[in-house]
Amino acid sequence: MSELVFDDVTVRYGNARTGHTAVDGVRLVVPDGAVVGLVGESGSGKSTLAKAAVGLAPVTGGAVLLDGVPVPTRPGRRPVQMVFQDPYSSLDPRMTIGDSIAEAVPRGTPRAQRRADVLRLLELVDLDPARARAHPAQLSGGQRQRVAVARALAARPDVVIADEITSALDVSIQGTVLNLVRRLQRELGTSMLFISHNLAVVRYVASTIAVMREGRIVEQGPAEQVLGDPAHEYTRELLAAVPGAVR
Amino acid sequence: MTTMAPGVLVPVADRPAARGRWGSVLRTPVGIGAGVLLAAVLVLAVVAPVVWGAQAEAVDTDAILQGSSAAHLVGTDNLGRDLFARTMVATGLSVRLALTATVLTVVLGMLLGAAPLLLGRRAGRLVTAGIDIAVAFPGLLLALFFAIVFGVGATGAVLAIGVAGAPVFARLTSTLAAGVASRDYVLAARVAGVGRFRVLLRHVFPNIAEPLVVNATIGAGGALLAFAGLSFLGLGVQAPDYDWGRLLQDGLSGIYRHPEAALAPGLAIVVAGLAFNLFGEAVAKGIGLTSAAGVVRGRRAAGADRQPATERGPVAGQPVLDVEDLSVAFPGAGGPVRPVRGVTFSVGRGEAVGVVGESGSGKSLTALAVARLVEAPGEVTAARLDFRGTDLRTGGERAHRRLLGTGFAMVFQDPMTSLNPTRRIGHQLAEGARRHQGLSRAAGLARAVDRLRSVRVPEPERRARQYPHEFSGGMRQRAMIGMGLMGEPALIVADEPTTALDVTVQRSVLDLLAAIRRSDDVALLLISHDVAVVREVCDRVLVMYAGRIVEDLPADRLAAGRHPYTRALVATVPDMAVDLDAPLPVIPGRPVDPSAQPPGCAYAARCPLASDRCRAEDPPLAADASGSRVACWHADEVADGALAAAGAAREEVA
Amino acid sequence: MTAVAPASAVGTPSRRMADNPWLAFAVRRTGRLLVSLWVLVTASFLILHLIPGDPVRAALGPTAPAALVAARRASLGLDRPLWEQYVDYLRGVLTGDLGSSLGSSLPVSRIIGQRLPATLELALLAFVVVVALAVPIGAGMGVLTRGGRRRGGELAFSSASTVVGAVPDFVLGVGFVYVFSVTLGWLPVAGRTGPSSYVLPVLALAVGPAAALARIVRVEMLTALRSDHVRTARAKRLPAWQVNLGHALPHALTASITLGGLLLSALVAGTVLVENVFSWPGLGSTIVSSILEKDYPVVQGVVLVYGAGVLLVNLAVDVVLSLLDPRSVIRES
Ligand SMILES: Nc1ncnc2c1ncn2[C@@H]1O[C@H](COP(=O)(O)OP(=O)(O)OP(=O)(O)O)[C@@H](O)[C@H]1O
Ligand code: SF4
Ligand SMILES: [Mg+2]
Repeated sequence: MSELVFDDVTVRYGNARTGHTAVDGVRLVVPDGAVVGLVGESGSGKSTLAKAAVGLAPVTGGAVLLDGVPVPTRPGRRPVQMVFQDPYSSLDPRMTIGDSIAEAVPRGTPRAQRRADVLRLLELVDLDPARARAHPAQLSGGQRQRVAVARALAARPDVVIADEITSALDVSIQGTVLNLVRRLQRELGTSMLFISHNLAVVRYVASTIAVMREGRIVEQGPAEQVLGDPAHEYTRELLAAVPGAVR
Repeated sequence: MTTMAPGVLVPVADRPAARGRWGSVLRTPVGIGAGVLLAAVLVLAVVAPVVWGAQAEAVDTDAILQGSSAAHLVGTDNLGRDLFARTMVATGLSVRLALTATVLTVVLGMLLGAAPLLLGRRAGRLVTAGIDIAVAFPGLLLALFFAIVFGVGATGAVLAIGVAGAPVFARLTSTLAAGVASRDYVLAARVAGVGRFRVLLRHVFPNIAEPLVVNATIGAGGALLAFAGLSFLGLGVQAPDYDWGRLLQDGLSGIYRHPEAALAPGLAIVVAGLAFNLFGEAVAKGIGLTSAAGVVRGRRAAGADRQPATERGPVAGQPVLDVEDLSVAFPGAGGPVRPVRGVTFSVGRGEAVGVVGESGSGKSLTALAVARLVEAPGEVTAARLDFRGTDLRTGGERAHRRLLGTGFAMVFQDPMTSLNPTRRIGHQLAEGARRHQGLSRAAGLARAVDRLRSVRVPEPERRARQYPHEFSGGMRQRAMIGMGLMGEPALIVADEPTTALDVTVQRSVLDLLAAIRRSDDVALLLISHDVAVVREVCDRVLVMYAGRIVEDLPADRLAAGRHPYTRALVATVPDMAVDLDAPLPVIPGRPVDPSAQPPGCAYAARCPLASDRCRAEDPPLAADASGSRVACWHADEVADGALAAAGAAREEVA
Repeated sequence: MTAVAPASAVGTPSRRMADNPWLAFAVRRTGRLLVSLWVLVTASFLILHLIPGDPVRAALGPTAPAALVAARRASLGLDRPLWEQYVDYLRGVLTGDLGSSLGSSLPVSRIIGQRLPATLELALLAFVVVVALAVPIGAGMGVLTRGGRRRGGELAFSSASTVVGAVPDFVLGVGFVYVFSVTLGWLPVAGRTGPSSYVLPVLALAVGPAAALARIVRVEMLTALRSDHVRTARAKRLPAWQVNLGHALPHALTASITLGGLLLSALVAGTVLVENVFSWPGLGSTIVSSILEKDYPVVQGVVLVYGAGVLLVNLAVDVVLSLLDPRSVIRES
């Protein structure tokens, strides 16, 4: 069982006088094996919340708990992994994709095992294992994003956080990444926090949806309920703004 | 590259790409010249003392302070020693001292520059603040200061110049390192549990090595000049040793009688300094550290490429915009590249036409070409380009300034960068009207305020006096639209006007565009990669692929497109009604590169219906009875199997 | 009207902050200036204590009687505790008392007062020449060579400016002397006599930085000409001169100012070398001769003046930048 819990998490940037609160007392549960979608507009604090979970943003209040204990953020095994938005900057241009994935394999893994892991993961994300020695520049955006997913899985995570992983991709490629996310989730049963500003994309992958605004979660619940019968005024506003939506 | 198992570190120097780039630098004329010069200086530094050493020390009291002669090329000094030999021999000391000082600079600078990444936040900030203060003082001044402290002489000067260069190099290292450290791949490594020191070694240093090496090379040139300066002042190398600076100082006093004595070491200093400088800059340019070198100019586009026929479709009344066979070409490495090829369409009065397609399909370029905003080296050709009945192809830019300035509005994607950050909004709006409509300053501003009000900017009087950074994103975009409404536009061309905006703000901007269109009967050419946006706003849609219009159809029939690409494009993006149980259909492969267009249909490599004919012959854009147009040999055969099943297609396209 | 609400919500606080950023900027900038000045004064104080050996013995020579050395040490206060000397020194700097020369016994402030004007003239004239040459040339070349036009012109400009920019000012000065004074006899070799004696030192000082600045201005001009807002200006169908001068140039200049400021402060330091070439009676020749004569009080005073000059130049650059580009005030915080 691995359940990620944001327990009253607050993230403040800057000092007391001029700083601002990016995440404000968020309570959110990512249950074992579930995909929770997080929607909201730019600046609402989605990415900050994601970074707080992996130790890239300072948690100034509350705690991020994995199965009841704080998520470790020291070097070493990290049970919470993250996939970033832009596949063009999330892979080191100087490293082969095999090396990038291998780097995330928990330390202490024997070399042969590490190598086997890389090949298996490439296979898993539908890339030819023979391309482990390719550099990112030789890959398309969609392929790079799949490498980034493989790297996240290499750390044998209990929870994966996907932050806007399709929004930097061209329209024709988004679909392949979304399909991959759904298939992996079904096959591996990884818990996932899926962040996007696009309601239709979140609807497609997530079973539970949380709506964030100005650092707070204003509504959360099962996807059909949040999208079909929104309780909060802001959720209704978001839904009405989706292009092509019935108004 | 040697075969290596994944998980094994590949040294940076082993990267063929990197080696290739450095190699290609050395093949440019400037690169070769600088490389040869630098090699010559370095070789001379080693060889000269051996070859000319004895001659440089030979005292000849019969030939004191002579001018140049056959025996003494640049004359002699006050002990009758040959100055040519001395200048040559001085290369050794000058270069050696400069390189020593540079090594000191680089080591100190890298240690200081990397410190903020390794130390904690607080200590790091302290180091940064120290560097900031030191950087404010010019190197020469710092060198003077340290020369005083370390004492007059060669050792003192090496220390002084080495230490004085460190702050700048530290600043460079820390700026570059901070840039890399905030990249997502470093964050990803940290999330994966990689420690700070390993991150520095594996990710940061390899990615900043090239600029550091280049700057160290240029820095060595600087150190050489600084050394010459200190010695010239008498603070560097002391007699009986001598370097170029010292020789220059000795020569200057006798410049009336034999100027060669001063000019020869001066020339040596300049040549050696240039060697380091030019080499560093050639490498920097080659590996793209400075502003990117422009595209190589190819020969003019040779005649019209094979261009399939395009039908114009029915044209009702006089269109606002009428475009026929529009092409845009850029010079490329292997001949001209045509990202837009034979585009034909028209926009009627008050009509809203959408343009959709993948990134790089030529949407923006088509808009810019129509607006006559493609600049050299881009070349626009068209069989017809009429705006409100005026042929824009004839006459210079000047001739149509008024017509386009008042009647043709453009809205760009990023409202932050599209407005001038240093001018007040009101001024920016009024500027065009004052020129084209002859409004006074006050009248222009009043009109700007009025237009801001019409695009629903609250408190327009106050807002007109503000700068763009004081506006929110949506408001900036409305100001851009307001700018287009300063005249009486007949057409608004909007290139991804809402892509940078949030959905709710996007909604308000789209509503605004719709309202303007209704009230003023303005035509709209709306470019977007978002099919849903176009479907909602537009009457008619042009689907672009690889620089061509492949289908032209009513917006409400998008889902029932006849071209396989149209159908794939619409199906692959999830909307709020997509079936949750089925995988999304995907388009395999990737778009064609405009510089490598296949002979037949550009979509053939990704098209499930592609036949031999498709691969050989580009289909014409043919109109049907209803006025819709499609460019596909198998337009009416399109069946369910058109889309590759999800997951089935593994992309192996490199 | 749903969208107006969040928009104005963003707008209002930014107005409330409108006077604050400037205040914050002023406070921050003054703070940095004070810290830098303190570092400078401390560094110049430390000169006497960092140099190896006994400065007084070094200045008076090994043959000087011990009693004289001791007396000098006492008059310099070197026999007192370090912190006491430091406090004294700070007080002295604040009241304008920089001690007196070991050689001539003249007050250091008087020496500086006599020498500073000559150096200032040189630096200011050179600065004017740099700007007058670099901005029109750089901007003009930018317009002419944009988008890969006139490759030949671009190559000629960049090679010429690299070569000229790489010639150090003192070597250039020697070359000028040879050509214009020795060979042609048009201008005086050295000294500060009539207006004609200014030409060579000012040019020697200005030509290198002018070449470097022209390169910077050209690159920034090219960047500005490619920028989105210049495309907007063209979409407004403004005439080319208005686009170039009204929109692209201010942007290019703003972007050049930071690097230009560095050049300017390097120019202040460059006076040291050029003054020595032309025997210019300024601070530059003073500091070198006092270093060689080990006249440390004078050295300390001149270092202070040069350092303060550089800091003032930096301050001026920041202030000009903030006036030209209102965003820079906010960005900095
Ligand atoms: N100045 C230029 N020089 C050379 N090639 C160019 C230039 N501008 C555009 N191109 C090329 O023209 C092609 C079409 O570009 P365009 O910007 O029109 O695409 P687009 O459909 O608007 O894409 P996006 O959705 O990313 O905005 C691209 O392949 C691009 O690389
Ligand atoms: S012409 Fe052929 S390859 Fe091109 S889209 Fe039609 S069926 Fe596909
Ligand atoms: Mg575009």
